[in-house]
Amino acid sequence: MSDATISPSGLADPAARAALVAGFDAVPGAPKPDPILVVDNIVRQFGGMTAVDVQHLEVQRGIITALIGPNGAGKTTFFNLVTGFDRATTAGKGAHWSFDGRTLDKTSASSVAKAGMVRTFQLTKALNAMTVIDNMMLGAQGQVGENLLRSVFRPAWRDQEREVEAKADELLQRFKLYEKKYDYAGSLSGGQRKLLEMARALMSDPKMIMLDEPMAGVNPALTQSLLGHIQALRDEGMTVLFVEHDMHVVRHISDWVAVMAEGRLVAEGPADTVMSNPAVIDAYLGAHHDTDLGDDSLLSDEVLEELAEEVAAEDAEREAEEQAEGLR
Amino acid sequence: MDNIQYILNGMMREALSPQTAAVAIAVIGLNIHFGYTGLINIGQSAFMLLGAYGFAIAIWHGLPMIVGILLGFGAAFVFALVLGAPTLKLRGDYLAIVTISAAEIIRYVGRSSLLTDFTGSAQGIPGSQYRDPFTGLSFFGGGSFTLIPFNYADVADGAAWVRLLGWLLAIVSIAALVYVLRSGDRFSGGARKGLVVLLVVWIVLLLLFLFPVANQRTGVNGWWVRFIAWSLVLLCSFLVYLLVSSPWGRLLRGIREDEDAVRSLGKNVFAIKMQALVIGGLFGALGGMMYVLPASVQPDSMGRSLTFFCYTALLLGGAATIFGPVLGSVIFFAARIGIKYTAAAYVPDSVLNGQQTEQFSYIVVGVALMLIVIFRPQGILGNKRELQFNV
Repeated sequence: MSDATISPSGLADPAARAALVAGFDAVPGAPKPDPILVVDNIVRQFGGMTAVDVQHLEVQRGIITALIGPNGAGKTTFFNLVTGFDRATTAGKGAHWSFDGRTLDKTSASSVAKAGMVRTFQLTKALNAMTVIDNMMLGAQGQVGENLLRSVFRPAWRDQEREVEAKADELLQRFKLYEKKYDYAGSLSGGQRKLLEMARALMSDPKMIMLDEPMAGVNPALTQSLLGHIQALRDEGMTVLFVEHDMHVVRHISDWVAVMAEGRLVAEGPADTVMSNPAVIDAYLGAHHDTDLGDDSLLSDEVLEELAEEVAAEDAEREAEEQAEGLR
Repeated sequence: MDNIQYILNGMMREALSPQTAAVAIAVIGLNIHFGYTGLINIGQSAFMLLGAYGFAIAIWHGLPMIVGILLGFGAAFVFALVLGAPTLKLRGDYLAIVTISAAEIIRYVGRSSLLTDFTGSAQGIPGSQYRDPFTGLSFFGGGSFTLIPFNYADVADGAAWVRLLGWLLAIVSIAALVYVLRSGDRFSGGARKGLVVLLVVWIVLLLLFLFPVANQRTGVNGWWVRFIAWSLVLLCSFLVYLLVSSPWGRLLRGIREDEDAVRSLGKNVFAIKMQALVIGGLFGALGGMMYVLPASVQPDSMGRSLTFFCYTALLLGGAATIFGPVLGSVIFFAARIGIKYTAAAYVPDSVLNGQQTEQFSYIVVGVALMLIVIFRPQGILGNKRELQFNV
């Protein structure tokens, strides 16, 4: 870690983290004292459908931030946009995001990774026909031997290769994959591939790691160890942003939660309180989730009229909002 | 007996021919594209044709040979850049479409009568126009020469039993080689490698003893061009070995498996794919130059079918292996000649005439390719866990 601004000791302490996040406003787009990632006005439209429309989001350095939301909320698309795997519709027209002080408005996925923001994928991308150690060593940055002209001169990269391998061994041991070092990645189980992908991402010494559904399809025993690894990363000073569906996981490890619905950022807050935020409950369960539609008394004309009025008012509100946005 | 001797002699001659070596070089390039990087280039013949044109046109017009070689490489380099720039950011299929059409464009431009002064249009450039500077370099001297002066004819006047015994011995040796290669851990590291090398050398010597090949020392299609062609094959194989066993080669394999994963690790995937396309294309150009040296530059002899021969040889030998392309090319061309001669020798002319045996040999080759892909998708030397043909 070359970055001196990270203070691992401070944020490894739960009380310190609680005190830190207590100072944040629990509103969407809340400012943070030391944001590592700042996103502004990032919109992605697929035809007429707006998949992502995030006006402002800041991610605090050194803590675990969870990004949650119902299916189709645009979490993965947002991930793709920020990591350079997709291009915002507003690119060049006001979309703006910066990572660790560097502006990333137009950079490619590989430059984003080089800047220190490494991601994993929802569907694990282990390189199946390569061995585990080859997978790992691919992750190291600044390898001399990856230059075409120097690659044919073994002495030019042999020493560096040894260092990279030693580092990979260390990470494999930490993720309990060392016994599988020479196995093909395709022969690992789904959970081990998740571990491998995470370990491979760490080979590049990232400042921030973005995990897209790290727990999907992982058995409970392995979930525990994965969670442990993620927390350990945070305690070492890394910033973690992850997408997750499992609320237990979110509540268990995240220090701060951002909630997306229909492409927008609808709420932010500490894990224990954000779930009771009405906007979040609306997003997950719908505004009328506590109305029993099987109750015959609701079928009276009065109630129906009431509901219709409510819907009309909501529509009007949305329209006004859209107009206001159009003017802006 | 004499028929069989004749057929096997023909196969041996074809296996050693400079054109087999030339295709092997092109297949080595294709192996970088398809085997290691996963680029589906269906226009390797165009790289060969451009290399051949650059080489032949320059010398034909009085430029020194070194300029011709550089011109051939330059043409292939530019061709790779032009093909790669728009397609390498897209999905793999687009490169396949663009390369096959570009290869046809190059061939048709070469055939165009407007360019008769340069390409000789459909007639092509006769070898006599550009071959001399190359043969002039020969230090092999004149006359004829038989590889291995000691052959079966020297033992008991080449009696049938000598040859039968020799063939039997060759079959047993090859079986032993296959056994050693497939035995896995029975022989450890060094012993295994030594045994394999020893067996390969023994088999080659035995085959040369049984099927002596006589040729001119220098000449149009003599030992000089063969020597250079096969030396280049070894050199190219060694270069590919250095490349793919380096971290750069690891990147290629990573890209073959999953581009996005490699991109997420901060690697410039586009640049590396471009490098692979260019390097493989340069091997193709070198193959093209060797291909036309004992023959002539004919655009129609370097069309789609040559690309498909390259693919057959690659899949036969095993993609993503060092010696797969070489072994594949040798077996492919030798087997084709074997089929052709066998059909000519044993099938009466009323059923298959001379021209039809040629076509029949290609049909059998096509069927063989299908069988390989179905029953041994990793090829002869390939590693099933690493790569099999599953596009």
